Formats: sequence, C-alpha cells, structure tokens
Amino acid sequence: MFGPARRRFGLGSVAKLRASPEIREFFRDYYRTCCNAGPYKVYFTSRQRRKSADISGSVPLADSGNSDAFVAFERVQKSYDGEILVVKDLNLSMPKGEFLTMLGPSGSGKTTCLMMLAGFETATHGDILLDGVSINNIPPHKRGIGMVFQNYALFPHMTIAENLSFPLEVRKMGKSLREEKIKRALDMVEMGDFGGRRPAQLSGGQQQRVALARALVFEPELVLMDEPLGALDKQLREKMQFEITHLAHQLGITTVYVTHDQTEALTMSDRVAVFNDGRIQQLDPPDTLYEKPQNSFVAQFIGENNTLDGVVTEIKGDTCIVRLDGGEMLDATPVNVTKVGERTRVSIRPERVEINKERLQDGAHTLKAEVLEFIYMGDIFRTRLRVAGNDEFVIKTRNAPDQEKLVPGTMIDIGWLPEDCRALDAT
Amino acid sequence: MSDVADTGPMLAADGTPLKKSLGRALRRQKMRALMLIAPLLLFILLAFILPVGDMLYWSVKNGIVSETLPRTVVALKDWDANSGELPDEPVYAAMAADLHEASLAKTHTKVGVRLNYENPGISSLFRKSGRAAKKWEPAADGPWKDQLIELHKGWGDTAVWRTIQTYSPPLTSGYYLNAADMRVGPDGPEMRPENERIYMLLFGRTLKLSLMITLSCVLLGYPVAWLLANLPTRKANMLMILVLLPFWTSLLVRTSAWKVMLQQQGVINDVLVWIGLVADDARLVMINNQFGTVIAMTHILLPFMILPMYSVMQTIPPTYLRAAKSLGATNWTAFWRVYFPQSVPGIGAGSILVFILAIGYYITPALVGGTKGTFISNRIAFHISSSLNWGLAAALGAILLVVVLLLYWAYDKIVGIDNVKLG
Repeated sequence: MFGPARRRFGLGSVAKLRASPEIREFFRDYYRTCCNAGPYKVYFTSRQRRKSADISGSVPLADSGNSDAFVAFERVQKSYDGEILVVKDLNLSMPKGEFLTMLGPSGSGKTTCLMMLAGFETATHGDILLDGVSINNIPPHKRGIGMVFQNYALFPHMTIAENLSFPLEVRKMGKSLREEKIKRALDMVEMGDFGGRRPAQLSGGQQQRVALARALVFEPELVLMDEPLGALDKQLREKMQFEITHLAHQLGITTVYVTHDQTEALTMSDRVAVFNDGRIQQLDPPDTLYEKPQNSFVAQFIGENNTLDGVVTEIKGDTCIVRLDGGEMLDATPVNVTKVGERTRVSIRPERVEINKERLQDGAHTLKAEVLEFIYMGDIFRTRLRVAGNDEFVIKTRNAPDQEKLVPGTMIDIGWLPEDCRALDAT
Repeated sequence: MSDVADTGPMLAADGTPLKKSLGRALRRQKMRALMLIAPLLLFILLAFILPVGDMLYWSVKNGIVSETLPRTVVALKDWDANSGELPDEPVYAAMAADLHEASLAKTHTKVGVRLNYENPGISSLFRKSGRAAKKWEPAADGPWKDQLIELHKGWGDTAVWRTIQTYSPPLTSGYYLNAADMRVGPDGPEMRPENERIYMLLFGRTLKLSLMITLSCVLLGYPVAWLLANLPTRKANMLMILVLLPFWTSLLVRTSAWKVMLQQQGVINDVLVWIGLVADDARLVMINNQFGTVIAMTHILLPFMILPMYSVMQTIPPTYLRAAKSLGATNWTAFWRVYFPQSVPGIGAGSILVFILAIGYYITPALVGGTKGTFISNRIAFHISSSLNWGLAAALGAILLVVVLLLYWAYDKIVGIDNVKLG
C-alpha cells in the first residue's frame, strides 16, 4: 500500500518509514479517516479513496496485484522439529481494518501463525507480508505490531502508567507527548484513574484493559491478540468481547485474534479462519461459517450439530438424496460430495430440525424419531431423540406458547429443508 | 446482631464475651503449634543462642582479676595511677596475701596470662612471684613493698599497677579496645602505635575482598543462572549438575587444586610462558596473596550465588520479554528494563548469602591467602586455638556480627529486604 509513497520519499523499508514520525502521523490520519466506517466498507472506501487520491495526485499509489491485503501469508509452512509440519501451506490475506479470528482446537497451528506474524517464530517456508513488504527478516521490535498476551504480560515492577510509557519511551517520544498519549489510552479503556497502581493491585478484567491499552498506546496498525480473555469469568468475558470489537472498529485497527472459544469467534469477528491440523479449514464471515460449513470438521467444531452417516444415491443440481445406513432416505444439499455412491456424513443444526409436518414442503422426506429425553432450559427446549440408530440426535425448539412439549417414549416424524441439511465428507 | 453490638460487647452462645471465647479457642491452636516446633526451638536455644550469647559474654568478662586478687583490688581503689608514685604498703601487703592464696590454689598463672594480654611481661612476673609466695606467711613477714620489688622489679613499675587497677572490674571493654587497635593509656583510650595495629586492617581487607568476591560471583553467576532458567530441561539439568559438582568435592581438594593451578610453577603460569605472554623469569604471583583468595573463594561460593538467582529467574515468564519486544524494545532494552529488574531479588538473595559466607570464611584464605590475603576469621581462629585469648576472639567475632547486621540494615534501607527471594 505504501509502496510508491515510499519511493517518493526515498525510504527503503517499513522500518525506515516508521522512523519518521511526521510521515507516519500523516498516513495514520489519512487511513483513520478511511477506516472509520467498519470493516467491509473499509475495503471499498479505502479503494475509492485511493482512486480519488490518485486522480488528485497528492498520494500516488499504484494498484499492485494484491494491494488490498494489509497482512498476507503466502504459502507459509512451519516445522519445529524438521519432521512434522505444524502449519501446512497457509495462505491468507486480510484487508486493512479487518477483525480476523483464528479459531481452532489446541495444536491446530493458530498460535504458531500468530507468533510468526509477531516475529517470535520464523516461517520454515513462505512469505509473510505486511503492507506488501515481506517481514520475514524484520525482528519483532521493528515490526510495530501491538500484541495482547494470554496472561497479559504486564510488567510487574512498573506501574500501569510506566507500563504504557514503555513502548513510547523506546520510541524516544517526549515526556509531554507521552503523558498525553498514556492518558488518552487509559481513558479509552476506562482506566484513567489507575495510572499509579501496580498490575498486581488490579483485577483480571482491569489488567486485561491495561494490556489492551498498552498494545494500542503506540498506535500500531496491526494488533494481535492471543486468547486474551481466556482467564476471565463468563460475564466479564462477554463484556470485554464487546469492548474489544468496538474499540478495534472505532480505531480502524487491523486485528488478528486467536481463540479456541467459538462463541467468542462468532460474536467478535468480521471473518473467522477455522484451523485444524495445520490448515485453514474454512475462512468466512461468522454467519456463513455457521450456516454453510464446508466440511465435517467445521460443522462439528462450530456450534452444536447432529450427524447421520449414509451413502449418496442421487444428485440433482443443488439437492441430493442420501440413503442412511439404516435404510432411511433424506434430502440434503451436496457440499463436498461429487458422485453417486460416495459415503457422506450429513449435518443438521438442532434448531433447523422441523417437528411440525405442515411446515415442510410436499414430497419432503421425513424420518421416524423416538423421544428419549426432554430438557427444559428456559428460553428453549432441548429434546434428545433416537434417529436412524443415533441416540444423540438433539433438537432445539423455542419456548413459545403454542410449542409442543415432547414426552419421552413417543414416536414423532421429523424433517427439514434440504438447504439446512448438508452432505459433507464422511471423515 | 446489630442491636447486640449497640448494647455492649458481642457475646458467644454461652454468654461469655466473644473475644474471650475466641481467645480460648485460638489459645489451644497456638499451644498445639508451639508444641510442634518446641524441639526445634529448644535445639536453636541450646545449640545456637546460648553458645553465641556465652561467646559474646566472653568478650566483656573479666572476673578473674577480682576473684584471684580480691584484697588488692579493694586496696588499689584509692590509688591515683597518674600521680607517678608507687602504691603504698597496704597495697603490697594485700598483693602478698592474694598471691599466697592464689599460689596455693594454683590460679596465679591464669591471672598472669590474663593481664599479660594487656601488658606483656606480667605473666612471668606472676609466675615467678607465685613460686615464691607459697612459702610466705603474709601476716608475719611484712613489710612487703621492698620485698616484692626486690623479688621482681616489675612490682616497682607503675604501669603494672595501672594495668591491675584498670582490669579489676568484673566487666571490661579492654577486649573491644584491643579489637579496634586501641588501648587504655594514661589519658583514657588511645590508638595503638602504627606498627601494632592489625585488626582494623584485617576488618577492612575482609570487607573489601568479600565485596570483590560477591561482585565477581554476580558477574559470573548471572549468565549461568540465565542459561539454567532458559535452556530446555534436558540441557538445563546437565548444566545444573555442573554447577553442583563443586558441592560434591571436598573443599580442601578444590582449594588445593587452585594451589596447583595458580602457583608460580603451576599450570597457568606454565601455559602463559609457553604461549610467550609472560617471560620465564617474570612468572605471575597469583597465589598467597589477595588475588588467590578472590579467585579460589569466587569458585567455591559461586553455586550459592547461582542457585537463588536461578530460582528467581525461573519464575519470570518468557512472555515478558516477548511483550517488551512487541512493544518495540530491542533485545538489550527488553533485558535491561524488563528482565533485569525482576531478577534483582535473586541477585540480592545470592549476594547476601555469598557476602555473609565470605566474610566469615576461614579455610580457603588460610590455605591460599598467604599473609596478604588472610581474613579476620583467620585471626579469630588463631586467638581461639593458639593464643587462647578467647575474650579477644569473642570481641572480634562480635564486631564482625555487628558489621554484618549493619550491612544487612543498609541493604534493607537501600534495596528493601522484601525484595529478597530464594524462589
């Protein structure tokens, strides 16, 4: 993004560009104004803005191939021991201002990716680009990336204000400017009165806010967060989720967030990258991820999910018919099945199962189900069924006045719209 | 609840005041806890506090003069030592009576030895007079003044009488004056002549060398402790064994090894001569001086520095360094501003340990220190086992103890003792 500008100013690298505060300030203000409208608009507005800037001639920016990517992983691989790849061929690009979450079980490679981006691990193969410049050989302290750690990593021997002052001092900032920025950052996270305290005197949530303020105080364009809310209780976590997302969008910061908590990923992110086995299994906005999982792993990992195994018997455009192992037939949407006779695992969300026959379209396949257990959960009812030999088939129904409360032991018919039932890979 | 608090003291269920009831309940717990530590308490009392207290008492104890020469002490009370005149006949008569009794009880040599510390020569005076005194009839044979002076001319010396008078009280500050290179002169306490001063020099040297040893232990130990705390477990364990290896070797063997290494015909000099750095006729003197003491003691005390530093460094999570770097600090800044301040408690603990061990070290300075590298502890040992002047040894020990406590206090003021962590 800064490529031609750099040429114009005669500067050779990101590091050098960072060394000049005026230019930096200028670009930051420029991009701030572009980025304050939210992630998706950012994408377009900044491009439009760039075009208009191009025309006016004030900031000549060429449109290189992947100019929208602020952060890009290109064929990145990582191995610690030379035998096993913990990250296998990672390709990812994010536009400026996006909030991207890396979600996955432990050992799936998400934290390794974050550490490579931060510069604490080196990629075994491939390039990591920041602003179009490869940062493989730039040491962490020159990358200018803010980072929030899992255990906050606030320096215990410094007060809160000193903690925040640290990144400004190493940037040789003047005292009055430092104090102003510290105050602004602390006010931003509503910790303005705590500057003189030590980290040990704060609660977990307050430490979390300070850690956030410290990562933002030197105004980085990219902020990385490594399971920052892992140590907080549920209520506080939900509050902080909202605050972090809000702050990130307000400041227009590009954020990479790592978590193994799927709720966190769904509620906070613009896009979620689901990691497993060193690969990105799916990279999509939360709603797409939840409603249209691309494979069995994603379907299982995100949200609650019912699965039934069977064989594809017919494919007709965007619907297919699956014969379950027990002989029952059902309609589904083929996702990654391609030919008749292939084994498949169909996946249905509990809240998309229909027990009211009238709401299904004519000719829809239904299945017989035996009610095993009825659980009253307040806002919803959770009912466990036996369907096609599967005892763990769960449906959720809304607690509405006319909602039927199913009685264990009775037999019912269940069905669903073909687009809610997705035929995925069998593994 | 609240109305009870308003009307008077809180009561327990049986009507006794709550405070009393609580106190009774806690007293049983406290008693039980006390019983558990009683053996240890007793052991500390008998094996540590009592001996140390007794030793401190030795440094001021002086009962021997008034016990052995009771009449003389009373008779001498009114004599003015600064008049320049010898005491009168009653004093000599009292001395004769005391000496006669002491010689029969065979205690006259002991008091002679005691007074000899203060005024060399008195020992032989008492021994010679004591031999003669056995046959005396103190009541009949007087007058004694001329007899005694004839027997030994020491009895005609006012300095001898002054010494006896000065050291007649049951408690004395003489040992401490001695330990501070001072003595009681005609005008009260005064410094000894330059050529007789030794203890202040030794104290100074002990402190200086101990500080040097502590400093070199910090410089050498810090990187090792850092490696121990940051290497992978397998390598760290290997390194730990190397650090602990000296503990498994006899202290004497290690010290002797340094003698082999450092002497003029030793390994290091041979290598230096062979390389050509040092001429064969100008081999370095590295042992039997302060250099040798510092080298050997640094080696011996190094583990005591490394272990506390290691245990503190182990508690510093590596994320702090990462956090510092992500905030823009170079490796050095991250270390100096973030890691080092957190490792200071370990340095403090190790330094106190090493310094206190060094200040009282005895064997190594005795073996490799020669005359220029000995410590005050060597002098204390000399007075305990050779000169048998236990009072002076006790005074030197007490001064050492006070110096250590003072330094400890200063450390607390400057760094803060709460900052010391052993793990």
